[in-house]
Amino acid sequence: MKKVNDSKRTYMLITIPILALFVCFNTIPLIRGVIYSFTNFKGFGTYDFVGLRNYMDLFTDPRIGGSYLFTIKLAIAATIVTNVISLLLALGLNSKIKGKTFLRAAYFVPNVLGALVVGYIFQYFFTYILPGLGEALGIKALEGSMLSNSSTAWIAIVIVCAWQSIAMNTIIYISGLQTVPEDVYEAGDLDGATGWKKFRYLTFPLIIPFFTINMVLCVKNFLMVFDQIMAMTKGGPEQSTESISYLIYNNGLSGGSFGYQSANAVVFFIVIVAISVAQMTISSKKEEQL
Amino acid sequence: MYEKMKARVNWPITILLFIGLITVAFPLYMTIVIAFKQPTEMTNSISGILSLPAHWSLSNFAQAMELTDFWRSLGNSLMVTVVTVVLCIVLHGLMGYAVGRNKAHSKFYNIVYLFIVSGMFVPFAILMMPLAKQTAEMHLDNWAGVILLYVVFYMPMNLLLYTGYLVNIPIALEEAARVDGASTWRTFWKIIFPIMKPMHATVAVITALAVWNDVMTPLIIMSGKGQNTLPLAQLTFQTQFGTNYNLAFASYLLALIPIIIFYVICQKHIINGVVNGAVK
Repeated sequence: MKKVNDSKRTYMLITIPILALFVCFNTIPLIRGVIYSFTNFKGFGTYDFVGLRNYMDLFTDPRIGGSYLFTIKLAIAATIVTNVISLLLALGLNSKIKGKTFLRAAYFVPNVLGALVVGYIFQYFFTYILPGLGEALGIKALEGSMLSNSSTAWIAIVIVCAWQSIAMNTIIYISGLQTVPEDVYEAGDLDGATGWKKFRYLTFPLIIPFFTINMVLCVKNFLMVFDQIMAMTKGGPEQSTESISYLIYNNGLSGGSFGYQSANAVVFFIVIVAISVAQMTISSKKEEQL
Repeated sequence: MYEKMKARVNWPITILLFIGLITVAFPLYMTIVIAFKQPTEMTNSISGILSLPAHWSLSNFAQAMELTDFWRSLGNSLMVTVVTVVLCIVLHGLMGYAVGRNKAHSKFYNIVYLFIVSGMFVPFAILMMPLAKQTAEMHLDNWAGVILLYVVFYMPMNLLLYTGYLVNIPIALEEAARVDGASTWRTFWKIIFPIMKPMHATVAVITALAVWNDVMTPLIIMSGKGQNTLPLAQLTFQTQFGTNYNLAFASYLLALIPIIIFYVICQKHIINGVVNGAVK
């Protein structure tokens, strides 16, 4: 009996302090964020409770609406681009090729590099190299910098985000493809399945769990995009690339609208939870069907 | 079997994949040549920018190191990363054990588990403003605070990984030790902790990569305090690079070199760790 109590106490002594740490730096700030969202706090000095005014203002604020539109547009475009390319790349890297180990390792490099520095490097690329290339080749569309045009800047961000995420997603798809047993293909060969059909009806259904992982990872990461924006555009031109995280950081911490941006953050939090839950329900249903 | 595979190398795909590698290599090539050049070599045409430098001079690097206080930023980054990884392995490993061994039969531990794991859905955006206030109030607006926050932020993910791994460790091992009179605490360190080694590697890789490349946390907690991590230094000194892109790129390259060296050395562990973390 004494033994059982001893082990119970040990478990408690481990759990309580670590749980307290988590509550202190995750739960409490979360609650404080929600409380601030009902105030007109500027980040300093005194403040008053303003009820739901921040939330009402959010829905009529074109700048907030613009940041949601941009972030969602970016997340959808970058997720599609990333997954299509990663899947193709994974199929290639999983086939019978020379230098497989080297190629796999080399394609993974972008994933270990810091997003901020990568953003700076690509900012230079889009500002000087690509227009220079356009001039040299006489391609009019490329001659201006993509980043200084409010209708194309978001595409540059999509490219940078995809460049880094493809590395990660490809590796996950490869590990998925390796779970497909060889005899599935042999059976498929007997039935005369080739090319696209083989992929669509044999390979893809078997790697759906990995597809789900990649979708969830992509959407979540892209919705929270920050470093790339900070490095490449700072939200410009004309606020056309202002992501939600960047807007909250910029206006909330240095722009003096701490309370208002807290309300924005609360809405953003709800959106993230809703999307994550929806994604997981849809994908678990799909897996059941198969 | 092996010979059959060797005989049918798919050359078109091999060649395509090597050509595709340009998309990965080009930005790095661009970084290297610009970092070694002098501003006078940067003529307006792209051939001037992208050609190999006439002299491989290290002066940009020396200047960048001095301007961004490179060694101190590198030291800070290393310290923050190492301390965070060690703390995560010890604390999250312990937590994974306590929660993992009890959540099946105890409501309390099950709630603790769900409570912490659901922290994965909390975006940093909602925490950053209150945390900036809170860390300042608690005098934690320094590297110690940054480390503490990392230990909290990666707890949901790591707890999930450790408890998931623990399911595969037979409980009989611990019971045998307990019969021999070892306490729960001793059993953990002597038996469970060493067995969890593969998971420690995964946790270490994921946490180290995330911490090393993170900008947001140090930016919010300790910017303007004169303390930089390597990526934060690039942001802080951005305005001082001005239009001297050679200097800026030398600094970027310096910031990338440590992680590239680390990757080249432990490439296999890194890829395995990242895949394990994502798939589990």
